[in-house]
Amino acid sequence: MKLTQGCFSYLPDLTDDQIYKQVQYCLTNGWAVNIEFTDDPHPRNTYWEMWGLPMFDLQDAAGVMMELAECRRVYGDRYIRISGFDSSHGWESVRISFLVNRPKQEAEFELVRQEVNGRATRYTTVRKATQHAAP
Amino acid sequence: MLDVPNPTTTETAFDLRKEAEAAGITSTLQQLEQELIGLKPVKNRVRQIASLLLVERMRQRAGRASAPPTLHMSFTGNPGTGKTTVALRMAKILHGLGFVRRGQVISVTRDDLVGQYIGHTAPKTKEILKKAMGGVLFIDEAYYLHRPDNERDYGQEAIEILLQVMENQREDLVVILAGYGERMTSFFASNPGFRSRIAHHIEFPDYSEAELLFIAELMLQERGYRLSSPARDALERYIALRRTQPFFSNARSIRNAVDRIRLRQADRLVSDLDRMLDIADLETIDAVDVLASRVFNGGAAADARSAKP
Repeated sequence: MKLTQGCFSYLPDLTDDQIYKQVQYCLTNGWAVNIEFTDDPHPRNTYWEMWGLPMFDLQDAAGVMMELAECRRVYGDRYIRISGFDSSHGWESVRISFLVNRPKQEAEFELVRQEVNGRATRYTTVRKATQHAAP
Repeated sequence: MLDVPNPTTTETAFDLRKEAEAAGITSTLQQLEQELIGLKPVKNRVRQIASLLLVERMRQRAGRASAPPTLHMSFTGNPGTGKTTVALRMAKILHGLGFVRRGQVISVTRDDLVGQYIGHTAPKTKEILKKAMGGVLFIDEAYYLHRPDNERDYGQEAIEILLQVMENQREDLVVILAGYGERMTSFFASNPGFRSRIAHHIEFPDYSEAELLFIAELMLQERGYRLSSPARDALERYIALRRTQPFFSNARSIRNAVDRIRLRQADRLVSDLDRMLDIADLETIDAVDVLASRVFNGGAAADARSAKP
């Protein structure tokens, strides 16, 4: 199952050249670019771990690509995403976020239904246990 | 890295003048000639680099093999010979010629690259390198990176990271090392990797007296002053004397002298409160403003303290 999170996730995976151009777009807009990784890509998990600090004051995306290569070398078996944070007044939030790395064996999720209070139903997205054991 | 077009048709003839103008080389070189005084070896090297770029571009279009040139440089020379000034300008030139993508200059010294404890140096150096990507990294007084007396100095770690990036990402950034001649020589002697990875070793010569006078006049002109002709003669004598005294640092000494001359001129004007001044008085430097300098009394020691960089 191909995980779909953030921008471009219904497209084929971005190539390095395409990532470079997206990152350069962020930098041109003055956003701080972050690299984050996780082995728990549950849609409700917003707390991915950061690879180093947010990259402020960069001019060229080559610097980000250098860090991304390093992050892939260490955490190639995890999900890695790049986000662009806009610190300008009125925005102060993440403006773009997209996946740049997936593990070979992708995480699988299923929908669990729970009946409560008569006929009401609660839905939960749960990661399948078989995949969970071996990251 | 990205915008290298893959030509399907190869061209066979080129109009050199048109190509040079299209690349902005003619105007960039002209500007360099006008704004920098002296510095022949520097200008020659810039011209060579520009020519290489032009030829590379045409070779590429003609379907011949082309490799991005190594542009890392080392500037050596005495204090005040314009190393920093040229480095700042070099970024603009390289950007104008299309060698670097963004053209920013990140100017650093040892403190910005080397950390204070184990594990601090690598992130610090990388942080700087990332900021410099697409532009020029200018390392002033580069020999401080290497401390021969301390084997465990973290400077070595910074040097290794630098060398790696200089080698692997040649098309992403240009590193310029600068420093005083002899110390740079011993720095390169103890780090042969650095020497071989730098293609352009440029010596900055000392300025001649005529060049220094021209620089002084240019500085005064920029600040909106002009020299009366006796003042010009006095300044000429001043420069000749100052050059022989200790702690002379070329254009920097001249800049300091110009600032002191302005002080004396202002003092002279204010000392007589009862007279009417016109614009000519405000912008003219007189011989007395120059001649009041300690340099003429051989007061080298006293002068050296204020002229020290």
